Amino acid sequence: MTITIDTVEEAAYTIMEKAAIDIPDDYLSGIKAMVDQEDGDLSSFVLKAMLDNYEAAKEDRRPMCADTGLPRYYVKMGDRAKLDSFVGLDKGLRMATERATREVPLRPNRVHPLWRTEHNNNLGINAPEVEWSFEPDADWIDITTVHKGGLFGSDYRMLFPGDGIDGIKRFLLDTLIAFGKRGLACQPAIVGVGIGGSKDTCMQLGKQAACLRVVGDRNPDPKIAELEDELKALGNSIGMGAMGFVGSSMVVDCNIEVGYTHTGGMPVSVHTFCLSSRRATARIHADGSITYRTDPQWFTPYMRREGIA
Amino acid sequence: MTTGSKDQSSPKMTTHYVDLPASDEAIAKFKPGDVVYLSGVVYTAREGIYQRVLAEGQTLPMNNLEVVSNANFHCSPAAAPDGKGSYNIGGVTATASFRFSKWMADWLDATGTKLVIGKGGMPREDYTKILAPRGAVYLTTVGYGTGALLGRGVKSVKDVIWLDDLGIAQAMWLFNVENFGPFIVDSDLEGNSLFADHGDQVNAGIDKLYEGLKPPALHRYGETDNREDEVM
Repeated sequence: MTITIDTVEEAAYTIMEKAAIDIPDDYLSGIKAMVDQEDGDLSSFVLKAMLDNYEAAKEDRRPMCADTGLPRYYVKMGDRAKLDSFVGLDKGLRMATERATREVPLRPNRVHPLWRTEHNNNLGINAPEVEWSFEPDADWIDITTVHKGGLFGSDYRMLFPGDGIDGIKRFLLDTLIAFGKRGLACQPAIVGVGIGGSKDTCMQLGKQAACLRVVGDRNPDPKIAELEDELKALGNSIGMGAMGFVGSSMVVDCNIEVGYTHTGGMPVSVHTFCLSSRRATARIHADGSITYRTDPQWFTPYMRREGIA
Repeated sequence: MTTGSKDQSSPKMTTHYVDLPASDEAIAKFKPGDVVYLSGVVYTAREGIYQRVLAEGQTLPMNNLEVVSNANFHCSPAAAPDGKGSYNIGGVTATASFRFSKWMADWLDATGTKLVIGKGGMPREDYTKILAPRGAVYLTTVGYGTGALLGRGVKSVKDVIWLDDLGIAQAMWLFNVENFGPFIVDSDLEGNSLFADHGDQVNAGIDKLYEGLKPPALHRYGETDNREDEVM
C-alpha cells in the first residue's frame, strides 16, 4: 500500500496544531526543574507565568505563543516507504501549512525579504523549508515540524583548531549574554551547538541540535556528552535568568552536534530554542495509519554515520 | 482600580488592576517590577503603522484614539477571520520594542499614548528623555511567550484598521480586553528601568566568566570587548 498525499497533508496539519499548542513533555519537565532551582524573584515569576501559559494553551487549544515562528518541516523517509509522489508530498506540506495558518490559527509571518509582500499563509519563495533525510530498514515516513522565532539568539563564528574548547566556551558566553540581555533569546532555552562542517552545515547542525533533540538527550560520544553538561552549567552560571533578570535559568539543556570539517578550521554555531519550544512529529506507517510524538528522533546512528555504509 | 499583592504565586510583587484608558493617577503608582493587568481597549501599532502615519503623513481613520485607548501594544496577533464578520484571535505575543525607538516621541505626541507595551523594553535614555517627560511608562510582556494567557484576555476585536493594506501582522488591531496580562512594569514616571538595573547587576559578574579563557586566534572586524554593550 502506498502512502497517499491526503495522509501526508493530514499528518502535517495535525503536527502544526500540536506543535503550536502543546508544549513537549521533556521541555516542560526541564522548566519545572528550573523553577525549583531559581533564586531570582522576577526570573522565578516569569517561569511560573510560563507554566500557567502552557496550561492555558492546552485548555483553550490556542497557540502558546502568538509568534508562531517560521513553520518548517523535517522529513525522514524510511528506505522502503512507498509514496504516491515526492512532489506530492512537498505539496501536501504546503497545503497543510496554508490550512494550519488559517485554522489553528498561526500568525502569517512569512513575507518577501525585500518587498515585504505576503500571502497571509506562511508560504512563499523557498518557504516553508523542508529538510530531508533517510533511514534504512524502515517503511514509514516521519514528518517533524518546528515553529521557531527567527530574530535573536543564534550566531555563527569561524574558530580555529588552536582556539580549542576555550574558544567554544567564549563564543557560547558571547552569544548567550548578547542575546540573553532583556531576554531577547526568550530563555531559558534548549541551546544547540553546531561544531564543524562547512559554514552552512555548521548552522544547520546547531539548529537541528537545538530543535530536534530533546531535553535530557546526550550525544553518543561520551566526551561530547561531557561537554554538553559543561556548557549547560556554564550558561547557567552567567547570573542571568528568564527575560535577562538576575537569576540562573538560562539553559534548559545543551545539545551538541558535530560534522567533519576543514582541517584548518573549527566553525561553531549557537542556536537557542525558546521558552515556547514547539516541535511535533508524525509517523506515517506503511498501512497509512499515523502516530504522533514529540521526540523527532532525527539523529539516528545512521544519520551520524562516519563511514561509507 | 485595585492595588495589592493578590497574586499568590508572587507574594513579593505588587499587582495593579487598571482600567483603560489608564489614568495619570494609576500610572503614577507603577514601580519597576510591579505586575499589571489591564481592562478596556488596547491597540496594536508597530513599524507598518508608524511608517504610514509618521513618515508618509497618512491620517489614521479614527480621530479619537486617545479617548478609546492610550495603550500601544507592540504586537502582531495570530488572527484569522471567524466567518462571522469578526476574527478569531489565537495567541497574542509582543515583538521587540527597541526597533521602534525612533518613532516613539512623535507617536506619543500624535496619539496621547501613555502605556507602551512590548517585548524587552527600550533603551534607558528613551525612558528619561521620551516616555517619562510625556507621562508614559513601559510595560513588558512576560516570558516572552505568554501568548495563550494574553489571548485569553482578549475578549473581542473592536476594530481593525488598514488590514488589507498592511496585512494581519502590521495592521492596527483594537482589542477589548479584560484582566489582560500579566505585564511587568519596566519604566516608571521617573525614567527608572528594571531591565537596565538588572543588566547592570548581570554585567558586574561578566568579566569573571571569561577569566582564564584565551582570546580567539582571529578577531572579528569592528569587534568590541565591551560586554556591557547591548545588541539592541
